[in-house]
Amino acid sequence: MENSIVRAGRSKAPVETVMNVIFLICGLAAVVSVVLISLYMVFSGAPAIAKIGPLKFLAGQIWNPEASEFGILPLILASVTATGLAVAVAVPAALCVAVFLTHVAGRRTAAALLFIIELLAGIPSVVYGLMGAILIVPLVFKAQTALGLPMSGSLLAAAIVLVIMILPTIISVSAAAINAVPEQYNDVSLALGSSKMQSIVHAIIPAAKSGIASGVVLGVGRAIGETMAVMMVAGNAPIMPELLKPARLLTVGISMEWAYSSGLHREALYGVGLVLFAFIMIINVLLSSVLKKGGAKR
Amino acid sequence: MNRAVSGITGKRKRPADALLYLVIGLFTAAVFAMTVYFAVYIFVKGCAGITFALLTTAPNPIIRTIGILPAIINTAYIILLTLAFAVPVGVGGAVYINEYAKSGKLIRVIEFTTETLSGIPSIIFGVFGYVFFCVFLNLKVSLIAGALTLTIMVLPTIIRTAQEALKAVPLSYREGAAGLGASKWYMIRTILLPNASSGIITAVILSVGRIVGESAALLLVAGGSAMYLPKGSFFEQIKNSGSTLAVELYRYAYSRGENEVGFAIAALLLIIVIGLNLSVKLIGKRLKGGAK
Repeated sequence: MENSIVRAGRSKAPVETVMNVIFLICGLAAVVSVVLISLYMVFSGAPAIAKIGPLKFLAGQIWNPEASEFGILPLILASVTATGLAVAVAVPAALCVAVFLTHVAGRRTAAALLFIIELLAGIPSVVYGLMGAILIVPLVFKAQTALGLPMSGSLLAAAIVLVIMILPTIISVSAAAINAVPEQYNDVSLALGSSKMQSIVHAIIPAAKSGIASGVVLGVGRAIGETMAVMMVAGNAPIMPELLKPARLLTVGISMEWAYSSGLHREALYGVGLVLFAFIMIINVLLSSVLKKGGAKR
Repeated sequence: MNRAVSGITGKRKRPADALLYLVIGLFTAAVFAMTVYFAVYIFVKGCAGITFALLTTAPNPIIRTIGILPAIINTAYIILLTLAFAVPVGVGGAVYINEYAKSGKLIRVIEFTTETLSGIPSIIFGVFGYVFFCVFLNLKVSLIAGALTLTIMVLPTIIRTAQEALKAVPLSYREGAAGLGASKWYMIRTILLPNASSGIITAVILSVGRIVGESAALLLVAGGSAMYLPKGSFFEQIKNSGSTLAVELYRYAYSRGENEVGFAIAALLLIIVIGLNLSVKLIGKRLKGGAK
């Protein structure tokens, strides 16, 4: 029996199939991008590392492209130190702000403050770089002159800028985590006689632990990947990191010399990219395992 | 055990509590005071530098004038191009995850890669974009290569926001459409997408914010200067290299020490970012109002 419904269905079938395929392709775009990025980072970065020698590349202390010396240990250490410092300062501060937003401030105040936090997250990194260069670098100058060091951009200035830049990420993720803690935790804790602050510290924050941890990991990722702001304040000399001396981070290592590099030098920059990419991937895996753990508990 | 509890209703002030409140209050005050200080500082320093001539001319090295019109045009071109690529693909991807995908595994893979993409820093996108778009696809360092790179960067934002919007469309709408005999694509086109439109607009606004602020990747794939006004048509111009406002800010403030121009651009960027954030808020508010 042929009726109009069957006929209409059949005539529409090709369009439906085509749309299905088109949507599938769109859906796979992210997957394809990640695969392509991973492949290209490895294939463009690995040859240089092999040519230079993995050990010489990763553990070499001298970066001097003119002399074909490509050791990126100072860059790696500078990135790790700046990120570590920034996270160590930003996490307690961000936690305080998150607690304030969720449990101290009234609803209206919290909404207004949250808007400012979102704004802070949306400010372009070059603007942070400019502010750092104008406001923070001169502050570090004072410390440098006091200690008889030459005035320059420094690892400390980079770390301070990074603190400001990762605050919004950690604040908004931990505030969301704290908000997601079931009301009963607080009620039970209060009923047992603890004060509001005790229940925040002993019941709510421990319950929001995995959410807060994912915020911290996101902050680490943001800090280690930040380029322009850091480039504008860090002084960028590829020497072993010291707090008040100029430092070149991995990200800056790529962008600094990009424009005038060629041959093995450019390939070495791809290699730096690969190392940075490896760091980011480790952080990503860490993040998803943190999230999984949090999910399993609930 | 607490020795000093005076009874079940008696409230004992714990000094530790007061201290913690103080610490929390101080940190919060410091963070917000700093943010406000930053914003005010940029506006005060920058707004004086935003002149009509700056906004409407190209830089002229001979008579030593600086203008950012070429950078404004480049920024507009890159925004248009990126959105033209990223919005259909991103929204399509969200539709696929939400409406078509049946295997949970595939959904998980797509969501994991989307998450991964959003965690990759822009300098990595820059290196990848250069190797893939500029060299492998032979697009050279150009606005189009920049837009393609940015497309991948904003994809996670668009997918996630559009997905939220699609999820918010009630299931009964889909069932109603199917019950009336609508095919799936017809239902998506006439019911789902219109109902998710404000979410999609939010995705666009968030992407514009990301594009306007992007610098590290564009420095590598789209070029580091904006000296001339476009001579040819849109499609000729996008094959050329050129920098956006954010990259110009870097170039003027860092490479050339022209801090006033840097602050003027910074103020401009800040105005754009505040405007975008406010419009996202407004759309969100309208959505909530509509739901009631």
